[in-house]
Amino acid sequence: MYGRQVFTDKQLERRKAATLARRKVFTEMPVFESKFDHMTPQARESYFANERKRAKKVLQRRKRVTNFGMGVGIVIAVIASILALIPIFYTFINSFMSSAEISDNYGVIFQSLSGLSSSKGAGYIDRTPVLRLVPERVTFEQYKTLLFMSPTYLLKFWNSIILVVPIVLGQLVVSSFAAYSFARYRKKRREILFFSYVILMLMPFQVTLVPNYMISEKLHLLNTIWAIILPGIFSTFSCFLLTKYMRQIPSSYIEAAKLDGATEWQIFTKIALPTCKSAIFALAILLFIDYWNMVEQPLVLLTDKEKQPLSVFLSQINEAEIGIAFAASALYMIPALLIFLLGEEYLVEGISHSGLK
Amino acid sequence: MSETNNVQNEIKHYKKPTNKQKKMLKLRRKALDWSVFTAYLLPSLAGVVVFFFLPLLMLGKTSFQKSATKTDFIGFINYERVFTNNAFQSAAKNTLTFALLAVPLAVVLSLLIALLLNSGMPGKSVFRSILLNPMMVPVASIVLIWQVFFSYNGVINGWGETLFGLSKTDWLKSDYAQVVILIMFLWKNLGYNMVLFLAALNNIPGEIIESAKMDGAGPIKRFFSIKLYYLSSTIFFVGIMSLINSFKIFREVYLLTGDYPYDNLYMLQHFMNNAFTRLDYSKLSAGAIIMCIAMIIIVGVLFICEAKFGESIEE
Repeated sequence: MYGRQVFTDKQLERRKAATLARRKVFTEMPVFESKFDHMTPQARESYFANERKRAKKVLQRRKRVTNFGMGVGIVIAVIASILALIPIFYTFINSFMSSAEISDNYGVIFQSLSGLSSSKGAGYIDRTPVLRLVPERVTFEQYKTLLFMSPTYLLKFWNSIILVVPIVLGQLVVSSFAAYSFARYRKKRREILFFSYVILMLMPFQVTLVPNYMISEKLHLLNTIWAIILPGIFSTFSCFLLTKYMRQIPSSYIEAAKLDGATEWQIFTKIALPTCKSAIFALAILLFIDYWNMVEQPLVLLTDKEKQPLSVFLSQINEAEIGIAFAASALYMIPALLIFLLGEEYLVEGISHSGLK
Repeated sequence: MSETNNVQNEIKHYKKPTNKQKKMLKLRRKALDWSVFTAYLLPSLAGVVVFFFLPLLMLGKTSFQKSATKTDFIGFINYERVFTNNAFQSAAKNTLTFALLAVPLAVVLSLLIALLLNSGMPGKSVFRSILLNPMMVPVASIVLIWQVFFSYNGVINGWGETLFGLSKTDWLKSDYAQVVILIMFLWKNLGYNMVLFLAALNNIPGEIIESAKMDGAGPIKRFFSIKLYYLSSTIFFVGIMSLINSFKIFREVYLLTGDYPYDNLYMLQHFMNNAFTRLDYSKLSAGAIIMCIAMIIIVGVLFICEAKFGESIEE
């Protein structure tokens, strides 16, 4: 029954045509004509040689353009870095000049100052200043006067340290706890609280100055270092950054830890803190620099001159003391510079992650 | 063996909790969660309430009083006084123009530098750390140097006179005073912003950029349709940080120019500071409350924008 079917030729042909039509294979190919067909082998060779040369030229030109762009980029970057570094070099180099040389070079500038020291009403004396990058004679005179002749300088240095170190440590401890709470417990009311923290962080100091002043008056803290340290500790900046950081911890980590029976304290110390290590270091550096430089708070809250930190003293240096100003600035810069150089890797890493979502 | 027996026993005697029990359990867990996380928050919250929230409330109260000692309620008279004050108006204008100039410039310039450093330049990390340096130069040194360069007998004027024969101007007392401060602001903050952008640029998946390159997208097209999309949250963050820093630049302005600077440098911070030194508490408190409200509005709008934008990205 299932014997071979026999088709006629006509049937076969029709069948074939149908199959081909289904597959659309029979579309007519255009006759492919290349220009090489008409070339002799020699001509072909020379044509390819020419093409190779042209391609090389194009590539070279492209390379030149990118090299040029790179060169321009490097020049811009170098200029930017020189601009960034000049003030630091300048301060250090000038700190090795003798006082006489400095007042010779820059005294004229301070006679025309529009700033704090202009109350004497010095007029515009028309002279051009001298910008000296290399001192005529390298001396340590400024440093000597600073360190051995004026004991106030060292005292103020110490004042700065006992203000800044407790603030940095305290703020980091308090805000890492708070950040953990904000990162893990996200209910509506907490988010509103967090928002108010952010707003506090953004407030210019002059807005919080009055509340600070009022509360330290009430608590009898005025004119003690606690009037600066306590508000500093509870400042919300690092809380904001750490919260942002801790929210990046994958929730699967925390869930896994929970399944294994970890308590919140264990999750906090074994997962949250280690992941935020670089952020905490970066914050420590940022906070140190920020509070090392504070001027307004001590000016308002510490009325005793002996308790004021170095930053205030330096910012009030006037014409008479210009001779030691550069050495004072240089010494003052050293702790910040050291911390920066030692912790730069952490700083870059910590800053880097804070801006990512 | 006994352990498995125990477990089996437990399973045998396990009773399914009733709905009521389930509810109780859930409530208990919720309460536990709440108490634990509140305990973590407590030290910070207590400090913030004592040192910031309570005094701000007190400030709000004094803003409706005639003075700190006379406690009778006088309505919005203080606010009216502040709003119609010429000094306040010009200070608000100056602060706003400075922020509107400084924040976008800081964002755009630092993004450009980051793109430049990220374009496969040699020595990227060296430049990065050098550009980060200005951030930690102490204020006093900055002020000293800016005085040397920009005062009437300063170096810039000296160069201008000898090289181009320009007449001298006292930069900090001219219409360019804000530009001088702007330069200082950018000089100080570009490095930090740039590090943020560099990190975000490194975080963009490389294969997407590569495939766009294969499809023939030029660098400008690639930037606007791919990189900008990945950078949006960083741009928001950099904007907020720049806003904070644009308020902090007051410190330098104050040390450079004192209580009463040239007109276009008179900021809201000067206004508050001067009211404080004159012990004008009612004016001060009204001013502070106004600034608070303004900040809340600005930050709220920014946050809502970010949330909206973030949603559209995730979709």
